[in-house]
Amino acid sequence: MTLLSIEGLGLSIGAVPVLHDVSLTVGKGEIVGVIGESGSGKSMTALAATRLLPEGAQARGRIRLAGHDMLALPERQLCRIRGRDVGMVFQEPMTALNPLHSIGRQVAETIRIHERTSRADAMARAARALERVEMPADRFPPGRFPHELSGGQRQRVGIAMAIALRPRLLIADEPTTALDVTTQAGVLRLIRRLVDEDGMGCLLISHDLGVVADIADRIVIMRAGRVVETGRFDTLSHPYSQALLEASTHVAPKDARPAGAPLLQVSGVVRDYPAPRRGWLGRPGQFRAVDGVSFDVARGENVGLVGGSGCGKSTLARAILGLEEVQAGEIRLDGQPVFDGRRANRAVRGRMQVVFQDPYGSFNPRHRVLRLVAEPFHLLDDAPRGAARDAAVAEALESVGLGAEDRHKYIHEFSGGQRQRIAIARALVIRPELIVLDEAVSALDVQVRAQILDLLADLGRRFGLTYLFISHDLSVVRNVTDRVLVMQSGRIVESGPTEQVFANPRHAYTRSLIEAVPALPRVG
Amino acid sequence: MLRYALRRLISLGVTLLVASLVIFLALEVVPGDPAAYMLGVNARPDTLAALRAELGLDQTPPARYAAWVAGMLTGDLGLSYTYRTPVVDMIVERLQVSLPLAVYALALSTLIAFPAGIWAAARRGSVVDVVVMGVTQLGVAIPNFWFAMLMVLVFSINLRWFSAGGFPGWEAGVGPGLKALTLPAVALALPQASILARIMRSALIETLSEDYIRTARAKGLSRGQALWRHALRNAMIPVLTIIGLQFSFLLAGVIIIENVFFLPGLGRLVFQAIAARDLIAVESVVMFLVFAVVVVNFAVDLAYAWVDPRLRGRR
Repeated sequence: MTLLSIEGLGLSIGAVPVLHDVSLTVGKGEIVGVIGESGSGKSMTALAATRLLPEGAQARGRIRLAGHDMLALPERQLCRIRGRDVGMVFQEPMTALNPLHSIGRQVAETIRIHERTSRADAMARAARALERVEMPADRFPPGRFPHELSGGQRQRVGIAMAIALRPRLLIADEPTTALDVTTQAGVLRLIRRLVDEDGMGCLLISHDLGVVADIADRIVIMRAGRVVETGRFDTLSHPYSQALLEASTHVAPKDARPAGAPLLQVSGVVRDYPAPRRGWLGRPGQFRAVDGVSFDVARGENVGLVGGSGCGKSTLARAILGLEEVQAGEIRLDGQPVFDGRRANRAVRGRMQVVFQDPYGSFNPRHRVLRLVAEPFHLLDDAPRGAARDAAVAEALESVGLGAEDRHKYIHEFSGGQRQRIAIARALVIRPELIVLDEAVSALDVQVRAQILDLLADLGRRFGLTYLFISHDLSVVRNVTDRVLVMQSGRIVESGPTEQVFANPRHAYTRSLIEAVPALPRVG
Repeated sequence: MLRYALRRLISLGVTLLVASLVIFLALEVVPGDPAAYMLGVNARPDTLAALRAELGLDQTPPARYAAWVAGMLTGDLGLSYTYRTPVVDMIVERLQVSLPLAVYALALSTLIAFPAGIWAAARRGSVVDVVVMGVTQLGVAIPNFWFAMLMVLVFSINLRWFSAGGFPGWEAGVGPGLKALTLPAVALALPQASILARIMRSALIETLSEDYIRTARAKGLSRGQALWRHALRNAMIPVLTIIGLQFSFLLAGVIIIENVFFLPGLGRLVFQAIAARDLIAVESVVMFLVFAVVVVNFAVDLAYAWVDPRLRGRR
């Protein structure tokens, strides 16, 4: 039985066409994955299905949802359908919940908005909905507020709100993109279970074919506002579908460079943070984020540092960059300490650079690219000036595949992938020896991610760079690193050559991380 | 929550202590001899000596500071030099005008600003929004004393609905008292309401674009329900900040309006005390105003925590 059928949907926002002739169906008990890059129109398709479109959007075609003609209904009736017949889950668990209302109240609101029932009854049913998403009341009281929960837990609350009234259709728009792999696997399992239990239909939207391939019954591939191909995963044959598949399992060309002498030496590093005082006059507690970590990185080697959110990997990265003082242990780059007294050692800082995750937040929007890329020059005593500086920036931009003339633009003129290229150019411009990549490709679509990984491999070869790759995403680390370190609760629990660790993990935590990676079913 | 309140209370105490020190240093220690300053250049030496003894200027500064603070703690703010009455009595008397006026003006401003701001935000880009934005732009731009004089011309001189100024005192009854405060309160509320409405509108528009509003709409809430239940309280933080600042200003910063309407308020008291070089009165009234501002800020801090659960657990 068809729950949702979209036929010949066209959409334009203002004068800009966004969707062209999109058709798809979702049946009872079926998960349909919609895959495409940013801007392919997959989210707009989902919003059109519930008519939650941005202002100025004009939709044409036919959308039937549980027997209703969604494009013809007035707003009042749409409100009755939303939440009752169709539940929606969105990408950002951090911002999708109202920070001022308790989670129980937010789940209960779905019930109270559609049914005349007492507050107590709604709260009791909300507690049951939270229990269904594995948030039992004894561990997560409904009086909790969103800021007291982790990202994965918040996403579960979001799902509980969506399924509280057992809707016939669930629309999940990139529900796991902001989560780390283990949490992602849990949320995907949960969605599959709920669909099977309630016989719901589900429209699951993602940019990553790898995430969806495992749990979706059918897949719709979208590109530039059009449906490219629809079918079971093992029947996808369109060249674009194949390209998406390739990007999801992309292996950047690796070359066996002889590992040289140790470039980075980390020995016995401890980083404590003060925790809240215990009682009014109690001593401040301590939270040990990094606990006695030691490892070396040889010159020319690519090392991965993996672990879940909050395992201390980013703290360690900041310590390596000299941005945080450590309480014990020592970090040396090429034999020189990263710390000089209480400050970062300038002589060493100019020899390493970092690329962060967020291609949107890590640039000052009011500066031109020239100034942004030239920033690291302040680390050098003999930084080039004037025309020489201009030329260095132009060269760095060209080496990451952008044009020299791009240096006169502002950052908002670039896409996410281009911004990450600019971030890499900024790291390259002072010709560092070590580049720390802190989740540098995690926010990117799979195809863009594949391009950036290729670029990094190419630059590594050309400039003799050493990479320290920090990520929660094991598939990325597996494909680009020579050696991997697995970190849990501030300690390194396993390390070794990447292939060996992945093929034969010894530590239980490493095994759980590897199992959480969504595996693409092998296609003949 | 209690912990948060206690923390705020401690910081309130520290602020008052620092403020008292600054006021003391500024008025007593830095600019030479206050007694000579108060009496002017032609003072006779014996008068000067008498005043110095009366002011306690023959003692060391730390002793004078201690005496001043001890006096304040027991409610003794000293004797006004010009009026020869306890400063406490003068403040209490003026407060009977200033406090109701401030509350009146703030209530008016909030009653105008909230509906206007919410309406404009809910119908962003509509005629309502354009009108609200235009009127509030004018409200911010017009000097309130000019608006006050205009109102006196229209409502007092032409229509004779209100008296042009003065205050009959609360002994004459609540009605006449409020009537006397109405024109000044409206004059004060106009710019405040304009600012508040604009803040309300922009805060609300910002929260309306948050992800959790989309979540609320996906649950089946209408646009209006999402605004009232989810956006409004989230938009209150900046609005509360402005209300706190406005109340502090209304309590003491309204000298011009008090002058236009001949109201015996705190603003005029400070002004007169400064003009008469009555340093004891200035010192104590200023300290009282600091106290009032700090207490209002404390109330705003508590209101933040009431609005936002994230603040309750913190520190």
